[in-house]
Amino acid sequence: MSETLLIALEILGLGWGGVFLVLFVIYLCSFALSKLFPPKDDKGGAA
Amino acid sequence: MATEPGRLVMILIGVILMYLGIKKEYEPTLLVPMGLGTILVNIPDSGVLMTGGEAGPFQILFDMGISTELFPLLLFIGIGAMIDFGPLLSNPFLLMFGAAAQFGIFFVIIVASLLGFHIEDAASIGIIAAADGPTSIFVANSLGSQYMGAIMVAAYSYMALVPIIQPVAIKAVTTKKERQIRMEYHPGAVSQTAKIIFPVVICIIAGLIAPVSLPLVGFLMFGNLLRECGVLDSLSRSAQNELVNLISILLGLCVSVKMVYTDFLQIDTLLVMGLGLLGFVMDSVGGVMFAKILNLFRKEKINPMVGAAGISAFPMSSRVIQKMATEEDPQNFILMQAAAANVSGQIASVVAGGLVLGLLI
Repeated sequence: MSETLLIALEILGLGWGGVFLVLFVIYLCSFALSKLFPPKDDKGGAA
Repeated sequence: MATEPGRLVMILIGVILMYLGIKKEYEPTLLVPMGLGTILVNIPDSGVLMTGGEAGPFQILFDMGISTELFPLLLFIGIGAMIDFGPLLSNPFLLMFGAAAQFGIFFVIIVASLLGFHIEDAASIGIIAAADGPTSIFVANSLGSQYMGAIMVAAYSYMALVPIIQPVAIKAVTTKKERQIRMEYHPGAVSQTAKIIFPVVICIIAGLIAPVSLPLVGFLMFGNLLRECGVLDSLSRSAQNELVNLISILLGLCVSVKMVYTDFLQIDTLLVMGLGLLGFVMDSVGGVMFAKILNLFRKEKINPMVGAAGISAFPMSSRVIQKMATEEDPQNFILMQAAAANVSGQIASVVAGGLVLGLLI
């Protein structure tokens, strides 16, 4: 297996996995934000 | 000119790009200036590249705006100001579809490396599948790819062709019954405070996990903060209109520097275009397959087409998905879910671009 292909596979694992990780953490934070700052807290709430 | 037929071929390509932009309205803001720019740079002794032994205007613009990566980043401020994260914040679960639909990027990097491209070029070609022109330019330039011109043409052409590419790809991997799945929409209200804090939180998270992605994420989220903070409406409107329009004009023209026939007319260019198309197809396939896998464990099924909306081409992709859903079942409305997945694709594509850079630089 060529060195380039190995790097490409590493990018697949770490890169795509990294995207999932970042978005999962953002998901958790979004969840926390909606709990911490429910719409009734301000008048400018919007769906 | 007669001794250099490549120049004539490139002039023809320039005319085709302008035709696609003007007549077919495929991304005209980019393809029209790029088309004329292609003609201008391929005229012998063109003063737009070199004049009196000094860099010409296109070259100066390229050095100022692309080599420094400023133009794509400034464009992100405008894009960020256009995005409403409300539907995503009310259904944050849909964030994960943005991640799944980046599959095409990584698939193409592997295929390109198998075809013998250097890893920097393979990664730059893969990023075409981010379906996000500025990210493609940013990554290709950062990695010093020699295929910048082809990557730009592919990225913007295929973005315009999403209504043609996605239905074919989605129908190839879904059944009619799956496309008819109805989804209940739970429109949770989102506070303005949450909308203001959200872009800041994304910057911090992306910065901690993938600091190289911060220029992309930071400019995108700055634009969104202008939109949501409520006290900078005038700046937000300027970012969405004047800034985006000005940068698009300059970007389209100066990218033509990479459309000189000696750089562009190579077999590799056709390969780059083919791989870009493959990437767009595999994005949709990745998103759909992720939704199908989730459906194995869920009681409330997801329409797998929503997964394909997790690409960055916003709002085009979500509209395509809704149109397909309506074709299968006139009473099926999945636009809001598709829109949420689609804006998630915006975040995911810049994060993917940053992570690829982080792994290679």
